Amino acid sequence: MISFSPTEEQKMIVSMARQFANDEMRKIYRECDENGSTPDTVIDTAWKMGFVSSSIPEDYGACGGEHSAITGSLIAEELAWGDLSMTMHILCPALFAYPILGMSPETQKKKYLPLFCTEKYKGATAALIEPRFGFDPYSLSTIAQPDGSQYALNGEKCYVPLAAQADLFLVYARENGSSQGFIIEKNTKGLEVGEREKNMGIRALATYEISLKDCRIPKENRLGGEKGCDFNHIMNRSQVALSAMAVGVAKAALEYSKDYAKERVAFGQPIASRQAIAFMLAEMAIEVDATRLMTWEAAWKLDRKEDATKEASLVKAYADDMVVMVSDRAVQILGGHGYVREHPVELWLRNGRGFVTFDGMAIV
Amino acid sequence: MIDFELTPEQQAGIEAAHEAAEELFRPVSRYYDEHEHESPEELIDNIWKRRGEGLFDLGMDAVAAFRIEELCWGDAGLFLCIPGPGLGGAAIFASGTKEQLQRFLGSFNEGEPKWGAMAMTEPACGSDTSAISASAADDGSGWVLNGEKIFVTWGKRAAENPGGLVVVWATVDKSAGRAGMKSFVVPAGTPGMRVEKLEKKLGIRASDTATLIFDNCRIPFENILGSPEVKKVDKPQTKGFKGAMATFDATRPIVAAMALGVGRAALDFVEEALDKEGISIRYGLPKQKLTGLERDVIEMEANYKAAKLLTLRALWMMSQFQPNNLEASMAKAKAGLAVTKITQKAVEIMGPLGYSRKYLLEKWMRDAKINDIFEGTGQINMLIVARRILDYSRDQLK
Repeated sequence: MISFSPTEEQKMIVSMARQFANDEMRKIYRECDENGSTPDTVIDTAWKMGFVSSSIPEDYGACGGEHSAITGSLIAEELAWGDLSMTMHILCPALFAYPILGMSPETQKKKYLPLFCTEKYKGATAALIEPRFGFDPYSLSTIAQPDGSQYALNGEKCYVPLAAQADLFLVYARENGSSQGFIIEKNTKGLEVGEREKNMGIRALATYEISLKDCRIPKENRLGGEKGCDFNHIMNRSQVALSAMAVGVAKAALEYSKDYAKERVAFGQPIASRQAIAFMLAEMAIEVDATRLMTWEAAWKLDRKEDATKEASLVKAYADDMVVMVSDRAVQILGGHGYVREHPVELWLRNGRGFVTFDGMAIV
Repeated sequence: MIDFELTPEQQAGIEAAHEAAEELFRPVSRYYDEHEHESPEELIDNIWKRRGEGLFDLGMDAVAAFRIEELCWGDAGLFLCIPGPGLGGAAIFASGTKEQLQRFLGSFNEGEPKWGAMAMTEPACGSDTSAISASAADDGSGWVLNGEKIFVTWGKRAAENPGGLVVVWATVDKSAGRAGMKSFVVPAGTPGMRVEKLEKKLGIRASDTATLIFDNCRIPFENILGSPEVKKVDKPQTKGFKGAMATFDATRPIVAAMALGVGRAALDFVEEALDKEGISIRYGLPKQKLTGLERDVIEMEANYKAAKLLTLRALWMMSQFQPNNLEASMAKAKAGLAVTKITQKAVEIMGPLGYSRKYLLEKWMRDAKINDIFEGTGQINMLIVARRILDYSRDQLK
């Protein structure tokens, strides 16, 4: 039966995430963007709230909720409303844990999942994007070559979140023409974490280039074991997560510019009472809602274990454009004030513009 | 629980609507486009005979959106010929008493085909419905209506076919502004109501759009919907006007669903043509790997989906008795504009095949446009969305 109402449990999680976003993230996000880092205490608090571990079953030591893409999308939107860099930081370990949860044999699950069920934030990440023109996740330049009981990995990756503090990496590479995941522990010979990257947005999140030079790992470190992984499914989950975050960022920009337009008086009236401004806000509101509903539908398909490729790619393409449109208009509505760093809208435009690039940097 | 699943029965109903649209509407779609004002009698008889199947009922829940979409996928103009109380019925549902519901709509499904219409727009006022000048006067023995109404969808059928009705918006006291605005049910064939002319239109030509003249048209007292009292209060909104606006909350998502049907028809046409050429859309690839054509189709599909989900939400909220004024206008504004663009792009993509009257695509482009106009233009719906999100009154945002 068609319904647009989250469950009571989801409503509870959403309100918890919203409160955290409002009380913690919104207090420090500007400072974090300027400093290029987020205090560990905030990340630790969020970690203890279980945004990642609540999807991992009891068998591995967590509190054992179900792994739902809809719930994940709801959380991602609320957190991203607070701040995108911090959201990606908080949820980064999921980039490693969720593909294992979803498609690994028991041995891999038993080995890795309990690491994410403790009180302490577990540094783990994934590396997908490559620093070249025309990057395509389905035809990677990083190569995994089988060699006896090992794989040898070679290639360059970029936009690897929190690589410098990660104990575990899930590196995507081409093997026999398809994209597969490979588990690499830190300090493995041939894995080198490069300089921290300097980006237009998500400045509070440290991202790195990494290089793999004849980096050798045992065969059992292939994600999903002998069966390998359903890479397309991982991409779909990533697109849904990023779309939900785009909705969160856009919603923040919409709310801020709406409030500003009601306060700001020009020619004797609040600018919101002029159609030129009011219609911009109306269109922003419609597109934010539409994208949220498309995200839910794609997430719903994922939760039903149906192929969500069409829905996920449609909503991601739509969200990429939507978040830029909405955050740009927010800057425009604030005018000169939107361009200065005293107001947050310029930050949301910088962050929003990144979504089209952020393939594989978030997952539900 | 957030859910998009249709039950097997719902699925079967939607498929049946699709088949009916394919079987009944598509074969005569072009004919009635080219023979404007000719009534599709055989089709109407067919539909009337099958009225027990539930395919042609409007309905006010999310599943209705799918059914309406399928029928309009067949033909949006012919969809508007389906007998039923239509917008007049929606108005009676929104503000009539139980007794009125029974009296006016109780036997709508019996006997010969009947239609209901709503007469709001006037030559001098369209979107500004509070400015209407048609008058209703109490002469001691009933209401006397005078005035001219234009762009009345179903107008001729509703005014002339026995058993039909027209809901007319008129003012009982022009000086009272919105407070004086009331709606009245005028049964078909009432002396003093006549069809002045039928419009010649860009699209939905199978649907009659009439000018109705009310010339000392007398109806009983009890045909007023809502209270006859005029309350002059400080608050500009009154029940009568609110009744009209509540009707729109119900009808706007339905128009959005109609729009989706036309958009879907155009998308299906394009995708079938591409399929024949061996071109498939590679969903999931990064943007820079896609062809321009693929990008166009993906954009059209995404906009279609965005409009559809907004429509489903607006209708679902109504079925849950939740206020949906904002969501109804969001759906209508998005769907009207989205299908206007989708059909225009489809004509562009198909080139000579798109522009030719040999195929239906050019017709769908013409049909689509009405959805951005009737039941509130795109701009009026944007205005409503803006007022709602800003929490502004009509005086604060005009």
